[in-house]
Amino acid sequence: MPDGTVPEHSTETAHAGPAAHGTDHDNAYAGLLVNDAHWAFGTDFEDPLAGVDTTVPDGVEPSVLAAYCLMLGDDALVASERISEWCSRAPDLEEDIALANIALDLLGQARLLLARAAAADPSVVPALPGDSPVPDEDRLAFFRDDRQFRNVRLAELPNGDFGETITRILLLSIWRLALFERLTGSRDAVLAAVAAKGVKELTYHRDFAGRWFLTLAQGTDESRRRVTAALTDLMPYWAELFGTHDVEAAAAASGVGVDPGQVAGEADAVLDQVLAVSGVDRPEAAPRAGVRGRTGRDGLHTEALSRLLAETQSVARAHPRGRW
Amino acid sequence: MVTATPTRTRRPGAAVPPTSVAARAEHVRRIASTVVDPELPVLTLADLGVLRDVEIADDGAVVVAITPTYSGCPAMATMRDDVVRRLQEEGYDDVRVRVALHPAWTTDWITPRGRAALAEAGISPPGRVAGAATGAAGGTGGRAGASAPDATLPAGPASGASGAVVPGRSPVPLTLGPTRRAVRCPRCDSADVELTSEFGSTACKAMYRCRACLEPFDHVKEI
Repeated sequence: MPDGTVPEHSTETAHAGPAAHGTDHDNAYAGLLVNDAHWAFGTDFEDPLAGVDTTVPDGVEPSVLAAYCLMLGDDALVASERISEWCSRAPDLEEDIALANIALDLLGQARLLLARAAAADPSVVPALPGDSPVPDEDRLAFFRDDRQFRNVRLAELPNGDFGETITRILLLSIWRLALFERLTGSRDAVLAAVAAKGVKELTYHRDFAGRWFLTLAQGTDESRRRVTAALTDLMPYWAELFGTHDVEAAAAASGVGVDPGQVAGEADAVLDQVLAVSGVDRPEAAPRAGVRGRTGRDGLHTEALSRLLAETQSVARAHPRGRW
Repeated sequence: MVTATPTRTRRPGAAVPPTSVAARAEHVRRIASTVVDPELPVLTLADLGVLRDVEIADDGAVVVAITPTYSGCPAMATMRDDVVRRLQEEGYDDVRVRVALHPAWTTDWITPRGRAALAEAGISPPGRVAGAATGAAGGTGGRAGASAPDATLPAGPASGASGAVVPGRSPVPLTLGPTRRAVRCPRCDSADVELTSEFGSTACKAMYRCRACLEPFDHVKEI
């Protein structure tokens, strides 16, 4: 914390124990917090868009830009949380680290996109008590309900085995890379910059997943059975990625966003290329229905998202004035 | 914008900062250039290419621009704190650090001195990225030259429906074969090395092993 003061609701306070109360030193760790340089990483918040010009371009509706950034940010946030669940559980240390790296890249993208949404239209940010130090991107991540999340359902599905995670990263990164390549030309300079950086990261994610898909498909009978089963389970969610929501259509029309329907051909071609090399047939899969046609982009999710949010949000919500 | 709290005092014996704007900017640049990366302390932020700009604002404040290496780079706050602390030690109380997102950081910005420092520390420096239209690591640099079953997708239809489509863009090629890089073992200089993983202990590194001396080592991967 920059001022070295002891936060009322810090995690340290919560665990300081009864002995720490009623003295001048109500936090045993207070002395450690005086100088941030003692820590490997800063203990205080940093605006990820500090000093960045976040002016909304002429002719762009701020609420459209914000809603569009929430969609892309939520995709990354929820996928990152799912992939993070592999920490310490992957088949070997290298893959554990690889998955953690991919999750970290996506978390970084989410943070920038949620911050960009908040800067474009502050009304999207959940209100907290006036003295809450929680920054906008964290309010968006931890204080919205499932119906307010705009991620595609593919990102939120519960994890299966390693083959399932590889297949899901493959599908998501093929799609997201195709979107981000085009978003580098967004009229919104912030979104264009986030996309340009994301393209580099997603290129590594897609190659990683593509190589593992090929390896598993051409590996043992068991690895092939698992990865093809994962593809069969996940393909019903593929079509949702290319459905054009009104927000995406409006964002594309004003030159800040990309109509996902426009990347379907390219994404299909990349997927078919991986499947061909892997000797796997594309499963016939009817798109998974939504609720009267409404799906993740409309805020209508599977039960799995509610459970994920309950786990990730409960501590933040219990301490709306918390500093972390 | 992050404004430092003036809690740290000037280093004893530090020179009084120059008064002219140009001289101050140069002085600040020289000081900021000595701050090291928290994860790769053999590199200064300048040698890493993360230090993007130094200027003196109209109100006299020092404004330093830094850029993240990766979107999720967890070291940004530490870099900022270190820059602020170093400048305060040299007598600059009003220091602001801003984030520069554009253009996106590339390993091509690591200076020759930085590359030498990496190699000296046993970390294989990145190859050149250069040339990729989107700035992606799929061009003619470190990731090029992969063989079958790799394939480079032909340029897709340049869709015209969205205003955000980049004209003349060609898709980032998919690479399914082994990554080909001209990597040499930083310990024994052998070129007989194998990739262990494209992801390593930090976002910016891949893991390799030398087949000649068996030493495992990090490679700063091209982006």
